[in-house]
Amino acid sequence: MTDTQEKRFTAYDIDGKEPIVKYRKISKSFGDNEVLKEIDFDLYPGERVAIIGPSGSGKTTMARLLMTLETPTAGTIEVDGRHLWHKEVNGKLVPADEKHLHEVRGDIGMVFQHFNLFPHMTIMRNLTEAPVKVLGLPKKEAEERAKEMLEKVGMSEKAKDYPASLSGGQQQRVAIARALVMRPKVMLFDEPTSALDPETVGEVLNVIKDIAKQGDMSMMLITHEMSFAREVADRVCFFDEGKIQEQGPPSEIFTNPETERLREFLKGFNVNGNGESQ
Amino acid sequence: MTGGEGIPPALWNKATSDFPCTERKDVIPIDVYSRVLPLLLDGFVVTIQLVIFAGFLSFVMSFVGGLARLSRFAPVRWVAGFIIEFFRGTSLLVQLFWLYYALPLLGVTLPTGLVGIVALMLNYGSYGSEIVRSSILAIPKGQTEAAIALNMTPFQRMKSIILPQAFRIMLPSFGNLMIELMKGTALVALITIPDMTYYIKEARNTIGHDTQLFSMLLVAYFIIGIALTMLFRWLERKFSAGRV
Repeated sequence: MTDTQEKRFTAYDIDGKEPIVKYRKISKSFGDNEVLKEIDFDLYPGERVAIIGPSGSGKTTMARLLMTLETPTAGTIEVDGRHLWHKEVNGKLVPADEKHLHEVRGDIGMVFQHFNLFPHMTIMRNLTEAPVKVLGLPKKEAEERAKEMLEKVGMSEKAKDYPASLSGGQQQRVAIARALVMRPKVMLFDEPTSALDPETVGEVLNVIKDIAKQGDMSMMLITHEMSFAREVADRVCFFDEGKIQEQGPPSEIFTNPETERLREFLKGFNVNGNGESQ
Repeated sequence: MTGGEGIPPALWNKATSDFPCTERKDVIPIDVYSRVLPLLLDGFVVTIQLVIFAGFLSFVMSFVGGLARLSRFAPVRWVAGFIIEFFRGTSLLVQLFWLYYALPLLGVTLPTGLVGIVALMLNYGSYGSEIVRSSILAIPKGQTEAAIALNMTPFQRMKSIILPQAFRIMLPSFGNLMIELMKGTALVALITIPDMTYYIKEARNTIGHDTQLFSMLLVAYFIIGIALTMLFRWLERKFSAGRV
């Protein structure tokens, strides 16, 4: 964190709390293309952070590194006090193996832009497969959990259907429920509405808002929906060229952007002082 | 399977001794059918056995080979790649002859039936490995990523998420491969395994009437082919759950 550290950078009450996720000097390159440059980033338990920025700014990579879908080129990530990408052996950090990753990433859940439901399984099976196989829950209990979550996202009647018979918005609601049944401490939303038809965006955003309101889960929301970010987030991080250019509570970020880059970026969204799209 | 000894003489005598005349032209066609049919049925059983055993083993080899070619460990990929390319790139007939005639000279003698099955397995299993490999690669990356996000282990990802979807893609190609294998079994007659083709060739040497004999043989293979086609249609329907 740079100059934002002295002033309040989040609307969330972090007094006396330790971050649940710590990125330290995280860099990621794809070939010659450096998409993240020595990022330091903390996420607090229960905090909801919206990540905004132009495409190619490294926002999605931030989430994918935490979900262990990409390997960092340099730097470390800690989750709940444990290193994610490294193991401590005799006081030294060595690259983590699959077993270590398996232990640590159980705290993380993710919702993808393209839903990625399992097409060969019913909705119910999509939700119970991992709780049974990974968490070792009895099938009955997993189904109870799944029903509860389907209720929450308003998809109860579709439990016996296959994903292909659902609309995009419905599929994404199921995907959210599927991530929630694992009860992660941190949820990542990677542009959850970018692949949706405009008329179904609202239903998915409403589901996420509901979850954000009731949960004590940390959330990282990568989004292009500025009014949604404004409404849900405790903190907004603006990414550009692989760096956090500016971050702060949504009220400040959207009303008084400090950097020229952010002002330019927000112009493209026609965002007024209230964070409402016009 | 009867192994290396070919047709038991007793069986052959039973079928041919009743022919009214040793002059080929005196065997009338209707007799050809009634006399040769019992032999053809014996061969039919052997051919079916070859299809079932070699088919099953090819199937197993396809998965072992296909998965080995996608292994995380480079040496495993290299060895699998070499074996597959070798047996895909050489003739089944030559492989049969090599196993049947050359291998014994090196001190290893396998029962004839086993030679046939092993050669068919190596040849068609190699083709099948490529079917398995390409079908697995055809599953979108997002499926693996979703499974990782649910903290599944690599084994669980493959077993519950990737393979069931890839299997559906494999089925039509496997249907094709099994029909190819069934037709390939005709070659094992050349190393004296008494399948349908073997009996018909023997009958031809004894009594002639090529037209009738080979027509019967064609129909017999066609019957197995149709049965295989129907089997795989049924499997494809069975595994198409969730598709609209």
